[in-house]
Amino acid sequence: MISSGEIIETIKMISEENLDIRTITMGISLLDCAAETTKESCNRIYEKITRYAHRLVKTGEDIEREFGIPIINKRISVTPISLVIQSCKDVDCVRFAETLDRAAGEVGVNFIGGFSSLVHKGYTKGDHMLIDSIPYALSATKLVCSSVNVASTKAGINMDAVLQMGHIIKKTAALTKESGGIGCAKLVVFANAVEDNPFMAGAFHGTGEGECVINVGVSGPGAVKSALESVKGQEFGVVAETLKKTAFKVTRMGQLVAQEASKRLGVPFGIVDLSLAPTPAVGDSVAYILEEMGLEKCGAHGTTAALALLNDAVKKGGIMASSYVGGLSGAFIPVSEDAGMIEAVSCGALSIEKLEAMTCVCSVGLDMIAVAGDTPAETIAGIIADEAAIGVVNSKTTAVRIIPAPDKKVGDLIEFGGLLGSAPVIAVGGYSSKGFVTRGGRIPAPMHSLKN
Amino acid sequence: MKRAIITVIGKDMKGIIAKVSTLLADNNINIMDITQTTMQDMFTMIMLCDITDMDTEFSALAESLEVLGNSLGLSIRIQHEDIFNSMHRI
Repeated sequence: MISSGEIIETIKMISEENLDIRTITMGISLLDCAAETTKESCNRIYEKITRYAHRLVKTGEDIEREFGIPIINKRISVTPISLVIQSCKDVDCVRFAETLDRAAGEVGVNFIGGFSSLVHKGYTKGDHMLIDSIPYALSATKLVCSSVNVASTKAGINMDAVLQMGHIIKKTAALTKESGGIGCAKLVVFANAVEDNPFMAGAFHGTGEGECVINVGVSGPGAVKSALESVKGQEFGVVAETLKKTAFKVTRMGQLVAQEASKRLGVPFGIVDLSLAPTPAVGDSVAYILEEMGLEKCGAHGTTAALALLNDAVKKGGIMASSYVGGLSGAFIPVSEDAGMIEAVSCGALSIEKLEAMTCVCSVGLDMIAVAGDTPAETIAGIIADEAAIGVVNSKTTAVRIIPAPDKKVGDLIEFGGLLGSAPVIAVGGYSSKGFVTRGGRIPAPMHSLKN
Repeated sequence: MKRAIITVIGKDMKGIIAKVSTLLADNNINIMDITQTTMQDMFTMIMLCDITDMDTEFSALAESLEVLGNSLGLSIRIQHEDIFNSMHRI
């Protein structure tokens, strides 16, 4: 029998340290829902999603109850919609978004991802239509998440798409002005997007995936911080070991839940995503882990090194705990969703430049960052280009989820509520990027992409 | 065999085992092992149970244990054994 100490440890991790399964995400292929008319295609999409996912939420709740582990979110990711709309003669993208929204509402999930487009090398007809419609789609729906991949290590950076996304983000903020520009919180611009990411807002069901799959994202910054408290002041070898052991335990639980969900739903198990995903709840913060390592505030010099150690140890600990690891697998540093990050930005310890440096060593990128409402689209495009360059050159996923909060100035705070939290408006560089981002074309793939 | 672990955490008092085991017996659940310790100033009882033949739904049982716990000022939870095995055993 398992020892009392081990049982109590598990219970303490769950009840006091906010250990949870962040998401069970069902990936569904919609490739067979393409049709000649929007109406027919939307009917097929609605029917397929509700047929595949009708037991998802109930199954998640059953597992939650029986294993005593909270499963915070049940979600759906679908084939990038830009691929599904291509054969329609009367494309109405917003209607596609509304269909996804309705299907998600019907099965009771809290987000559906995949209103997406992959344009790292170029646009197809469908990509143009989908991207143009993003601001309208996100303002007309509640549960739909959108993502656009603008760069990859193999293809380079599509600067036309980078510039367009600057404008799309501004427009999305304007159309969702009443709610603080919340549309932008559901829009991610990627470099090297992954096909099996279970986390929102960037989840979509890639074309290399099967018909339907279950992916699970684990979490547990609180448990990691608590483990580190027991090795205060000790050298880094000890810190890394402690992180690895905790990550192993957290991931084993994710693996168990993933297998159980897959078995009960009769859907193949895809991957476990080994990510440390914070929430605004106190004690569930990645920034606090970095501070526990000895930094006075997240953002102090040494933060990038601390994050690199954390990110690496989480992977090393998790890799043996799961049969298939995938998704983004790394520490997330979304500003608005992390109590410690919010404090660090508010007190001036953490700047956008430092955040950019941190994204070089973790997943994913500049995430949930609010900037002043009058930030020019070209500046946002410049931020995206920098982040894409980091991803492309380092062969990793990077992303930008930025909110140019309408009518807000640096220092103001915007409230999104729930898991999205609240974000202090951060200062960005004052000099223009316009001449650079408007050149157009594609930045070629880096030398080391030529591996064959 | 399906096995679950019941944990009772809180302030020690008379009749805890009697009340919990009566509830289990009423639901046709066999207790296979019990350990009892005081950890971090808290009374902790852990029961390993065989729930193969139980004549109630898992969620209903979890709820009645929770209700019993609340009436005694204790935290009582039931979880499938697999979660502990997967976390602590390779």
